[in-house]
Amino acid sequence: MHAAAPSDPHVEARDVGLSFGNRVVFQDLDCAFPRGRITVLMGGSGAGKSTLLRMIGGLERPDRGSIRVAGEEITGLRESELFRVRQRIGMLFQGGALLDSLSVAENVGLPLHEHAGLPADAIAAEVQRRLDSVGLPDVGDLLPSQLSGGMVRRIALARAIVRDPEIVLCDEPFSGLDPLNVRRIEALLVRLNQRLGLTLIVASHHVTSAFRMAHHLVFLLQGAAITGTPEELEASGDPRVEQFFAADREAEAEVQAWEGTG
Amino acid sequence: MLAPVRSLGFGGVRLVAELGRMAVFAGSVLRALLRPPPRLGRLVQEIYDTGFLSLAIVGGSGAAVGAVLGLQGYNTLVRFGAEESLGAVVGLSLIRELGPVLTGLLVTGRAGSAMAAEIASMLATQQLDGLRMMSIDPVHLVVAPKALAMFLVMPLLNALFIVTALGGGYAVGVSLLGLDGGTYFTSLESSVDFENDVAGSGIKSLAFGALVGLVATYRGYTATPNAAGVSAATTSTVVVASVSILILDYFITALWDVYP
Ligand SMILES: Nc1ncnc2c1ncn2[C@@H]1O[C@H](COP(=O)(O)OP(=O)(O)OP(=O)(O)O)[C@@H](O)[C@H]1O
Ligand SMILES: [Mg+2]
Repeated sequence: MHAAAPSDPHVEARDVGLSFGNRVVFQDLDCAFPRGRITVLMGGSGAGKSTLLRMIGGLERPDRGSIRVAGEEITGLRESELFRVRQRIGMLFQGGALLDSLSVAENVGLPLHEHAGLPADAIAAEVQRRLDSVGLPDVGDLLPSQLSGGMVRRIALARAIVRDPEIVLCDEPFSGLDPLNVRRIEALLVRLNQRLGLTLIVASHHVTSAFRMAHHLVFLLQGAAITGTPEELEASGDPRVEQFFAADREAEAEVQAWEGTG
Repeated sequence: MLAPVRSLGFGGVRLVAELGRMAVFAGSVLRALLRPPPRLGRLVQEIYDTGFLSLAIVGGSGAAVGAVLGLQGYNTLVRFGAEESLGAVVGLSLIRELGPVLTGLLVTGRAGSAMAAEIASMLATQQLDGLRMMSIDPVHLVVAPKALAMFLVMPLLNALFIVTALGGGYAVGVSLLGLDGGTYFTSLESSVDFENDVAGSGIKSLAFGALVGLVATYRGYTATPNAAGVSAATTSTVVVASVSILILDYFITALWDVYP
């Protein structure tokens, strides 16, 4: 069962099946990610959020089924053809995945350096512009190991969008961050979507921020997806979704009680 | 009853499959090396990391090994009144065998393990996937320059090892035990044949360089992407590369004498 398919899917998974050995991760997964919207991908740990993002980026191949990115079927593509598709996609990895042997500026400029054929000073200017836009104008000369977790996430976001992608995939952009940094990253993502009309696909555990920012939710439950707007899902009364929210509220209450006593 | 046979069979199949994967990997590294743009900056950095930082350990070990050879060789030769052949004894065993093999083992421990660990931890922290998402081939940018650096650096370190070892032998034989310096070098010079011994040594160390570079990068690149995988890749690089060096050394020595 999935809610009315969004009219203009930018990314689409159809009948996707994937197993690692005996572990079936997806079975007939159907879901769509509408163009120019923020879709938050939810589900318990091990539900396959990261794996789905990796499949959309072509890093993982489904055993069967189809994945379309901007109308193009990517499941059969060779790595060199995927390189072309990935120009449209920026990916923010959970740990940032910055190269630790390069400075922050070199990290952000790397895709330009590799592909754009720009002169060095144009790249430097572009990199500075990106660093400004994530609110970290002065860290260009530092190494990633010298940054805090929240800063790494923002730099990684700057790098993910430096090639002006249409689609940005974010794997757990909020995990391990304090509430202030959660807000910061969230604001950056929302601004990307509003100003540039990017399609955002955000895998997240963070129910509160998911409901604040999502236009559209995709729930991964037992290898299949339940999709809809936040309102639709809350109103749907689907017991599995209810259960997820109940568990989250419980955890939240527990944390608050804990913080209260501490 | 059948279990040992079966596990032997599985082991054999796994070994062959692994060798096959390694060959495919070697092919992709070679193709990456031939594909523009050349990664000269990366290569220089890797040569620095594997070569320059191994200078001290290789040079120091060479001097120590040469000193032992000088002492042991002298004590043996003097019994036959043949101590003037010390240069030949030290030189031949060093150039043909000990130089390439010990350099290979030292560099495996010093630089090969670090190479595997670095690639494996880049894998574990998704840096390599990050490159692929930026349409950059990690084999081209990261792996191939490392493997090539190992290949280029090994013969140079081998030469360094041999030179310092000859110096160590000289220090013990001539300075300490009072052999004539001219005799040491004349004996060395007359017994070492350039084409046979020096070229053979160079070819061996190139082969070991290719071997260590390949094993280290392969083990790193195919590691399990977590902390345990990084350490497993490091350990298995040292074990596999060291044993392979010793085995390959036997075959090169044997074949070298068949086809002079
Ligand atoms: N390379 C792999 N090999 C074997 N199993 C894998 C692999 N990648 C993922 N899995 C399995 O697939 C399932 C989904 O993993 P995935 O990382 O996508 O979950 P997730 O929803 O992102 O979880 P989390 O919220 O903890 O990040 C897990 O059960 C995991 O064990
Ligand atoms: Mg995940």
